[in-house]
Amino acid sequence: MGGSSGAGEMLFHPTVMALLLWSFAAVGATAAAAAFAWTIIREWNPASGSARQLELERRTYLIATLMVAVLVGEAVSLLLFVFNADSMAVMFVGAMCAVGTLNASPYGFPALVAKIVVFFLAVVWLAFNRADNHGWDYPLIRPKYRLLLAIFPVVAGSAALQLAYFADLRADVLVSCCSKLFVPEQKGVAAHASGLPAMPSLAAFYVATAACVAMGWGMRRRPGLAVAYSPLAAAAFVVAMAAVVSVLSTYVYEQPHHHCPFCILKPEYGYVGYALYVPLFLGTGLGLAVWPINRYRAIPSLAEAVPPMVARMAAVSAGSFLVLIAVGTAIVAVSNLRYL
Amino acid sequence: MNRTIERQRYLIDFTIASLARRRGRNLGLFAVYTLLVFVLASASLLGYGLRKEARTVLAASPEILVQHLLAGRHDLIPESHLAALRDIRGIAAAEGRLWGYYYDAGMRANYTLMVPSDRTIEPGTAIIGSAIARLRNLGEGDAVHFLSPKAKMFRFGIAGTLPSESELVAADVVLVSEADFRAFFGFPAGMVTDIAVSVRNPKEVATVSAKISRLIVDARVVTRDDILRSYESLFDWRQGMITVLLAGAVLAFVILAWDKAAGLSAEERREIGILKAIGWETSDVIAVKFWEGGLVSLGAFLVAYTLAYLHVFHFGGALFAPALKGWATLYPDFRMVPEISGQQIATIFFLTVVPYTLATIVPVWRAAIIDPDTVMR
Repeated sequence: MGGSSGAGEMLFHPTVMALLLWSFAAVGATAAAAAFAWTIIREWNPASGSARQLELERRTYLIATLMVAVLVGEAVSLLLFVFNADSMAVMFVGAMCAVGTLNASPYGFPALVAKIVVFFLAVVWLAFNRADNHGWDYPLIRPKYRLLLAIFPVVAGSAALQLAYFADLRADVLVSCCSKLFVPEQKGVAAHASGLPAMPSLAAFYVATAACVAMGWGMRRRPGLAVAYSPLAAAAFVVAMAAVVSVLSTYVYEQPHHHCPFCILKPEYGYVGYALYVPLFLGTGLGLAVWPINRYRAIPSLAEAVPPMVARMAAVSAGSFLVLIAVGTAIVAVSNLRYL
Repeated sequence: MNRTIERQRYLIDFTIASLARRRGRNLGLFAVYTLLVFVLASASLLGYGLRKEARTVLAASPEILVQHLLAGRHDLIPESHLAALRDIRGIAAAEGRLWGYYYDAGMRANYTLMVPSDRTIEPGTAIIGSAIARLRNLGEGDAVHFLSPKAKMFRFGIAGTLPSESELVAADVVLVSEADFRAFFGFPAGMVTDIAVSVRNPKEVATVSAKISRLIVDARVVTRDDILRSYESLFDWRQGMITVLLAGAVLAFVILAWDKAAGLSAEERREIGILKAIGWETSDVIAVKFWEGGLVSLGAFLVAYTLAYLHVFHFGGALFAPALKGWATLYPDFRMVPEISGQQIATIFFLTVVPYTLATIVPVWRAAIIDPDTVMR
């Protein structure tokens, strides 16, 4: 049934083709950008008026444009990857949602995690690029391209994992559904998160996100808080994800034993997962960028542009966490499930 | 924030004016772009609609089918298994089904002869699917003659036709009584074509089918999910093949986009030079060029997707239907339920807009770094 079952049979799935094509293009573009980054780091000299320097200055526009396109595309492809994993679940025996599809190959979850890492790095790099564009003397050019050199292996690794994952998918593999993975009795991170006690986990969710909101608000007066804001946003991400798995998802399903962080993306639950994840990822990404950008506020050519930019990023990040709190509270309030 | 929006608004204003000034050139690109998205979107909407249709049809079919295998081929199954099957806990009902294929040499069409389980048919009469009624121009009260495989002529009075809503499954169906069915095919008594099993709890389907395999060792047990999965991968595969075939077209389009973006007229170069001389920065020119591409992309995408939607859901996807649906003399005539999914849109976006954008980056940059003095001299 279902044609000959062999490795690689899923490569002809249209969305899989689109994702793979995109990742090849992204790796190619990032490789070109990384090669250029290497040249910039070695040869950049704004004091020189040589033809070489002029050429480099012109080329930075190309590379920056290319990277903006690539990194925005990577963010969209993360969304499509998850969406696709969910809709492909019907092809695997035992799969009910994205968990089954991602579990059908050992490369599934690593590919997802790599894509998430690329997403956060992309947000930080785009923030660097934006700040750099505000200064007339390319003040952040070296840190920006050093970061790009670091991003390249991650983009390439993510593409390789994705290719390995899709090539490895086979329709005849028996997979386990989320009700097997996200249960406290199992081992691993997923099981550990599912086993967290519900009420303390919900309390931690409120404390962490509210702290982000408060500190983001506080940064209006005291920008020095940026040092603490980025780590706090990262911590809030982990706490919020744990809360989604251990307690918020159970409110959505109105079942204390269903802990899946992917089923909430399904139409049956009104796509409420997207309402949780979009502000969470946006808030965390911008929050992560706040501190690195704020470090450059002393540079003369950025003294005017960076403080308001950092303030805006912190405000949007804190606002996202506020939306997250509102969505989380709405889920708890609407649900018929009661823990207390 | 407001300043950024204002700035982009002025850039868009400028872009629209500049697009309008070179109407002919942009319309060409727009037309090709629209055509490409239209083709891809049609294939995708059609595949999606068919898949949904298959799912709807299968929702009404039994959870488990039990077939008898003889030398690896599908064979008739004795009715005596029914009692044993009904003893398995978890099985709500098990019934033998009688159906077979009949080739009508005169019309060169295959019919499916069936004995319905939910209604009784008078011997000597038949109820026919709407496609057969169309093909042979039959209505209630008419009679039809079939030459049986044993070369005996059978006469059936038409007692009715099946409603056209069920056309996808019932287009080629002829419902007859059990006595007629057995006589027509010379079907041995005590045997049925296969056994349909319904299961009380859908989560137990796997367990129940394993039990059936142990009970009837020479049986093939097919679950509804198996069939659903096969359909799913079949449609995905067909749609994937169409996409692969269209890869050449996408490539040609990318080359065209590159060429259009690279081939700046002397007038355009002058224009960019003047803009830079009056204080535009390289990044402003790049922004304008991207707005240009973005507006053309957005326009082409919307127009093409709307056209594809009309093509598939109002005109039955005439262009691609043979490749995706398969074909037969008695092909069901059905209209699919319109549905658009974000995933499909995103997939087409990645196959068209993204390559277009990437292909134009280098030419756009080349245009944007033009030195004012070299073009104005």
